[in-house]
Amino acid sequence: MGNSFDVAIAGGGIVGAACAEECAASGLKVAVVEPGPIGGGATAAGMGHIVVMDDSPAQIALTNYSRSLWMARASEFPPDVEFVATGTLWVAADEEEMAEVRRKLGVYHSIGVRASVLDASELAKEEPNLRPGLAGALLVPDDGVVYPPCAARYQLERARQNGAVLRIGEAAASLSGEGIKLRDGTLISAGITVNATGAWAPELTPGIEVRKRKGHLVITDRYPGWVRHQLVELGYLKSAHSTTEDSVAFNVQPRKTGQLLIGSSRQFGVEYGAIDHHMLTRMLRRAQEYMPGLADLSAIRSWTGFRAATPDKLPLIGPCPGNERLYLATGHEGLGITTSMATGKLVADLILRRTPAIPAEPYLPGRKQEAHA
Amino acid sequence: MPDSVRLTVNGTGVEVPAGAMVSTAVALADVSAYRRSVSGEPRGPLCGMGICFECRVTIDGRAHCRSCQVVCRPGMEVRTDG
Amino acid sequence: MADREFDVVVVGAGPAGLTAACRAAECGKHVAMLDDNPLPGGQIWRGASKEAAAWMRRAERLGVEWMAGARVFDAPEPQRLAVETFEGECRIGYRSLILATGARERFLPFPGWTLPNVMGAGGLQALAKSGLPIAGKRVVIAGSGPLLLAVARYMKTHAADVRLIAEQASQGAVTRFALRCPPRKLLQAIGLRAGLVGIPYRTGCWPVSAQGKDRLESVTLRCGDRTWTEACDCLACGFGLIPNLELAELLGCRLSQSGVDVDEFQETSEAGIFAAGEATGIGGLELSLVEGEIAGCAAGGNTDGAKALFGARSSHQRFAKALEEAFALRAELRDLPRPETFVCRCEDVTFERVRACSNWREAKLHTRCGMGPCQGRICGGAVEFLLGWRVESVRPPVLPARVGSMSR
Repeated sequence: MGNSFDVAIAGGGIVGAACAEECAASGLKVAVVEPGPIGGGATAAGMGHIVVMDDSPAQIALTNYSRSLWMARASEFPPDVEFVATGTLWVAADEEEMAEVRRKLGVYHSIGVRASVLDASELAKEEPNLRPGLAGALLVPDDGVVYPPCAARYQLERARQNGAVLRIGEAAASLSGEGIKLRDGTLISAGITVNATGAWAPELTPGIEVRKRKGHLVITDRYPGWVRHQLVELGYLKSAHSTTEDSVAFNVQPRKTGQLLIGSSRQFGVEYGAIDHHMLTRMLRRAQEYMPGLADLSAIRSWTGFRAATPDKLPLIGPCPGNERLYLATGHEGLGITTSMATGKLVADLILRRTPAIPAEPYLPGRKQEAHA
Repeated sequence: MPDSVRLTVNGTGVEVPAGAMVSTAVALADVSAYRRSVSGEPRGPLCGMGICFECRVTIDGRAHCRSCQVVCRPGMEVRTDG
Repeated sequence: MADREFDVVVVGAGPAGLTAACRAAECGKHVAMLDDNPLPGGQIWRGASKEAAAWMRRAERLGVEWMAGARVFDAPEPQRLAVETFEGECRIGYRSLILATGARERFLPFPGWTLPNVMGAGGLQALAKSGLPIAGKRVVIAGSGPLLLAVARYMKTHAADVRLIAEQASQGAVTRFALRCPPRKLLQAIGLRAGLVGIPYRTGCWPVSAQGKDRLESVTLRCGDRTWTEACDCLACGFGLIPNLELAELLGCRLSQSGVDVDEFQETSEAGIFAAGEATGIGGLELSLVEGEIAGCAAGGNTDGAKALFGARSSHQRFAKALEEAFALRAELRDLPRPETFVCRCEDVTFERVRACSNWREAKLHTRCGMGPCQGRICGGAVEFLLGWRVESVRPPVLPARVGSMSR
């Protein structure tokens, strides 16, 4: 066994794990390098939602494809992965947003994604803890939630069973077309090297357009049945879309345990991980605008994480222009959990020159990225 | 000030000395399972000082109250998970 | 609840907090003293304690503002604490802060430790002082430290049937400790012991399992080669004390091996933040009282008053050292949990799953150990001893707080 692999992957988060699993399952010799606990980056910090998101045709194609991969494997996962098809409710606060709901319905139906519109009273029945006076919602019933660190661990274990070597507790010092050089100088040589290090990706591959986008989350004690679906306000898309401002958007998700995860917030240009109280307050107030009863629930912890954000809101999946042996699998912003499975497939497809299930072009590094304001 | 306080635990009336904590009321109601753990085990107070969270009960509709830290008030309605 | 501003805020109304508040107020400072509990006194002076009452009277005369049932859950801005009570919440501003957050018991898992009526040693005493009926109950007291004797005396005085006191430290260790005690403390200990005539006090003895259907019915103990089972109603079991450091950590105070790191004036690494009592390292009542007075004087600007107490503090520190050495936990206690024994009670995580992880962070992420409401206060102390892990990472809220309180 020496140090020579077909694929060396830097990063043992959900994306690195999906790439490792798929490559190993396809018969490639895989190594994964991860300094911390598996799934210790954004994988651990995020909510863990699996959602078809329609910010752009390329985004909806990727999220839809990836979601179908999650759904196909739903019954395979062990209990600690906590996969549940909660469905998503995109909540409309007024008639203007309801028009948007109806537009989205058309988009989802056009690509074969199950969705339906709930009016105000149907919404209130589905989610009694939402405030009265909302206009309705778009229900996407096959969306789900998962506990990502254990999903990543599961996928890396499957990779290991297919011969992958997991170097957990070791950090990549540099990446090149030759492989991954560790901090102690050891070279894990590989035919293809994949940078799946999320918010840290530009440190290992300087010059790529990935910026840290900080987010906050709060988790409550157990309130089984208090929220049944993943709840998102329509303004979430605007918040995720902006490339400049700090923003918050209502997003509440139930865990299988009955705990609620409350989000979401976005900030650029902040490097420290400590809680920003002004953002936390804004985020929690926004959430209470939609669910006033949250005020009395017991919050047990808050934390932050860094999404990897790109100018055009699409991830970077594939070889670096000018260095066909160095791949990127990063820049997933708030959709890393959702699109991890598809990313793994695309990376394996590109390496093995298989025809991918969806066109890979929109996600290739080196595409022209126009920042949408 | 009265010497005792009357409240209910799971619908049953209980009388406790004034100043007693809700944990006492639950014990006097002969309830040993204040809550059920995530895998369904019966649990009761462990630390007596508000840091273990095993003594949690619902008080007047508010869930997850540490009964060892709340003084009994007349008419309180305490519900255990038991 | 209205926001308030003070010169000095004292967090914790146990012995260290009470003395600190009084000495700071004597310097003319506007002082507030907060405690999660409804009454002052902390743990050791819980209930109708004459000492606590005397210090409270002094504090009241000095105009110290007492905030009962107030838990500090966050420090949202410099010199500002976020505080919640049963009814509401407020922000409290300070120029100087004194952390007198005390200690909690170290719990070690063993089969059956999650049964109702298995409690801490201090835990059972605290619950009994809050009204829990113990008269006529068969009680086994186990674990480690002088606290076991104090608890036994309380139980006996209140007509509990104390079957046994099981101290895990060896007879030699306990005797050496007694010989290192200053005479007053030794007499105290002898007096305690005399009051416990008729109750077996076994050293080198510890619980190996607890049994019962829906609540405790018996405890199995080991002493040397002998293993036997005692029928009982309550097991009061605690393996020493560990300092409450969460708020200090949140505030960025540097920690030492034993607790919050402080200089000779009890000031932490953060200017204007002081710490006193068990939070700076387990040392017993007398040391806490002196440290509290020093911190209160220092925060109040009375350097001479503080310096005058340095000698007393040194002598009590020697006792603290003896305490730590005598009651060190023996290695056999690491073998108590079975693979299926729960280590994390909030999330029901077994020992087997926790020890398969390499460190505390990994255990939190992959098993949810330490991620429940207690945020590792119970399982953290166990895991530090069982696996040698460093347990850290405090996030707000330091204690659970309502979402509404967090979004002021």
